[in-house]
Amino acid sequence: MTSYALRIAGLSWQVRLRGLAVTFGGLVLLVLLMALNMRIGDLPMTVGEVFTDTFDASSPAHFVIMELRLPRALTGALVGAALALSGAIIQSIARNPLASPEILGVTTGASVTVVAGVVVSGGVHGGVSGLLSSVGMPALALLGGLLGAVIVYGLAWRRGLDGYRLVLVGIGVAAVFTNVKYWLMTVGDVNDTAQAMVWISGSLHGRGWEHVIPVALALAVLIPLTLLGTRSLNALRFSDDTVTALGVRMNLSRALMILAAVLLAAVATASAGPVAFVALASPQIALRLIRSAQPPLLSSAIVGAVLTAGADLLARTAFSPIELPVGVVTAVLGAPYLIYLLTRIRKGRT
Amino acid sequence: MRLQAVDVKLGYGDRVIVDGLDLGVEAGTVTTIIGPNGCGKSTLLRALGRLLKPSGGEVLLDGKKISTIATKEVARILTVLPQSPSAPEGLTVADLVARGRHPHQTWYRQWSSDDEKAVGVALNMTGLSDLAERPLDELSGGQRQRAWISMALAQGTDLLLLDEPTTFLDLAHQVEVLELVRDLHAQAGRTIVMVLHDLNLAARYADRLVAMRDGSVVAAGTPHEVLTEDLIREVFDLDSKVITDPVAGTPLVVPIGSHR
Amino acid sequence: MVATTAVKLPQLRHRRLTWLIGLTGVLVLAIVLSITIGAKAVPLTDAWHALTSPTGTESDIIIRSLRLPRTALGILAGIALGVAGALMQGHTRNPLADPGLLGVTQGAAFAMVASIIFLGTTSLLGFIWFGLAGALVASVGVFALGMVGGRGGPTPVTLALAGTAVSAFLYALTSAMVLLDEQAMDVFRFWQSGSIAARGTEVIWQVLPFIAAGLLLALLNASGLNALSLGEDVARNLGQNIALTRAVGVASVTLLTGAAVAACGSLSFIGLIVPHLARRVSGTDHRWLLPYSGLIGAALLLLGDVIGRVVAPPGELEVGVVLALLGAPFFVALVRRRKPVRL
Repeated sequence: MTSYALRIAGLSWQVRLRGLAVTFGGLVLLVLLMALNMRIGDLPMTVGEVFTDTFDASSPAHFVIMELRLPRALTGALVGAALALSGAIIQSIARNPLASPEILGVTTGASVTVVAGVVVSGGVHGGVSGLLSSVGMPALALLGGLLGAVIVYGLAWRRGLDGYRLVLVGIGVAAVFTNVKYWLMTVGDVNDTAQAMVWISGSLHGRGWEHVIPVALALAVLIPLTLLGTRSLNALRFSDDTVTALGVRMNLSRALMILAAVLLAAVATASAGPVAFVALASPQIALRLIRSAQPPLLSSAIVGAVLTAGADLLARTAFSPIELPVGVVTAVLGAPYLIYLLTRIRKGRT
Repeated sequence: MRLQAVDVKLGYGDRVIVDGLDLGVEAGTVTTIIGPNGCGKSTLLRALGRLLKPSGGEVLLDGKKISTIATKEVARILTVLPQSPSAPEGLTVADLVARGRHPHQTWYRQWSSDDEKAVGVALNMTGLSDLAERPLDELSGGQRQRAWISMALAQGTDLLLLDEPTTFLDLAHQVEVLELVRDLHAQAGRTIVMVLHDLNLAARYADRLVAMRDGSVVAAGTPHEVLTEDLIREVFDLDSKVITDPVAGTPLVVPIGSHR
Repeated sequence: MVATTAVKLPQLRHRRLTWLIGLTGVLVLAIVLSITIGAKAVPLTDAWHALTSPTGTESDIIIRSLRLPRTALGILAGIALGVAGALMQGHTRNPLADPGLLGVTQGAAFAMVASIIFLGTTSLLGFIWFGLAGALVASVGVFALGMVGGRGGPTPVTLALAGTAVSAFLYALTSAMVLLDEQAMDVFRFWQSGSIAARGTEVIWQVLPFIAAGLLLALLNASGLNALSLGEDVARNLGQNIALTRAVGVASVTLLTGAAVAACGSLSFIGLIVPHLARRVSGTDHRWLLPYSGLIGAALLLLGDVIGRVVAPPGELEVGVVLALLGAPFFVALVRRRKPVRL
């Protein structure tokens, strides 16, 4: 791998060229996808108009963009980035490419509380009321996600946090949540079930600034913190004996990194639901693009944002005027690409 | 010749590591391959043990192309122990050694008295009988290495290929493992091929040395023939003095550095 | 086959045999409970009467037409999922591997939902055929993807990731279909929740050949898997054909899981949890791990089903929920109490 040391006045970082290329290429692609996405609506625009109207407060379309289209596009990108970052952290700590926030109880916990909310309120009011879907669902999801994480974390902690035990406890807790969710879906009215299914697939429909801000804040605080933790993650990749030898205060850094992963996933899930596949696939796609040994944090986040933004575009245009939940499309878009990368790399090696 | 590499080309993917190499291993000898890191020693050993298929040339086992012999058949003739192999946690020594009997078992004959006898003998020979019930991960490095060699022995072959059997061992344990290898050779005239890093131990325990650099054999012969000051410079880029080992009478390589 | 292993260690073998007998005992108990307990409790003597010389009494009919098929399906599915889970985790050496990892579960779901929407399938037997076909196609597809460009068979990581990707893809398509079709959603949500109730005898005959074939392949796979667990190089040294071993393993998992989930819904988390329980008593020897996993899987599924019948009268609770609510906490408690046996 080509890498350079960047040294400015006593500070030094290792900079990897492929990482830089993926990061910047990803950002450009992201902006483009968001612009394409923001064209869509009752008032059609060209991509050029999207750009000019965004920055021109006097134009009539400015309001539409600022109040409706931009927040939705931003929610998608930020939620994707947060979930992917969360997945990258967990995969590094568990040293397992199949790990995702699901084993931390976050997304499954959020899903089960939301489905319960829908089914219960459906039974009472004969349908999901507006208040529940706009305020209640995010609150329920945040509560459920954090509660799920606390349960997993608490059960897995035993004189320290062992990566393997965390995974096994996570499996158990996720099994409870998932199956209770399945059962709840059979209890309620089939319309409520469909409503719940849209939410637990992950959807960006009607997302506004109130969905953007929490995720943006979480990312703003947690991205720098997790990047600081990268060094310890690199050490965590090795077996526990080696890690201790490398002098990482393992439990503390592990616990903090997991906490960051939990918060990212919980806030993202509260905004858009547990958008499927992003957290698992983005880190795996990113590490193959960059050809690094373990999930690169920043590039994973960017891949997650691109994947989610691209999926949202497809979700709105594929069956237009019917809009699919974005979480249904992320896998349709991401899975073939991941498989392509898998097969291409296998070919290169043998 | 028991085992022979004829004009083999070896590599991983597009990367060629060894090209056009010839090597013969005579029956009943202990042959040790030496050379700097990345010279293709382990790659060659893997090819000799049919763990790696050559992209050109052939490996011959007892004069027959090894690729045409059924892999289970090969496993009854030669055993190859890879560098630092790993076992699942909790596996006991006896269980590990018993898995060496795999090539002798079929779905209708899972555990014969031959199997049992071979495992017992292998455990005895490596001095592990008392540790048989202990999980592998609780053993010391030297004991663990002996357990793997014991598995290779249980396989009941008279041709053993060992890839750096002394990695991660302290000097005492290195000697212990190599003494064991020599015993195996002395007892039943087994043919042994090893990759070793320590030139002096290699000189002491091998009948024949093969020196490699950049994927080719630079010299082959007895330790006295191979370990000369010129050759060590050629193979390792290292200035050294070769004296006589006061204990074994074999060559002893003393490196000359710039600091004392 | 298992009784002749490890003569070397009489003590260990004794312990393993004791566990085998003990687990078989638990399964027998579960079977008896499953036949006698339900909305209408049937005393043991009446149950025996129904099994040996039925005369058409009310309990004879209940037992022969309802409880017996239900119990038989529970045994079959439990064994199948337990064994498939153990195989899958052994091949991938990944504790997160479940029997559905190769796309089997989602393949079945996709084919069933598609058959409802596009072909108007309405009969249970019809669904199951489509489910089986979907499972087979998905799994073969994943294995082929894993094979692309690789010699000596797919690596476990490629296989697992390809499987996860294909599963997610199929699940996405299934979600899209059920969101657009209410009738399919209604069938799907009950299938998803998992149940062995009201399946009838035909279903058992339908899945039995697949499960039997899968179990046979699993038994053949056990010793190869033992060799593979020492790493690919050592396995090859021991004369094991790695690509063949993986192919047999995948075929077995596909048959077992495909048949079980097509008939009973997505209960594949049984296959996720059961091998971790079985590994505690068997250690890493797959010749013991597979039978233990099968027995534990069947016993767990039946007990969960029995509890589901009595816990919420007059209705029933699906076995999937019961198992998750009772089995998973038990599993977590076990994981906490002792150091887990790693793969």
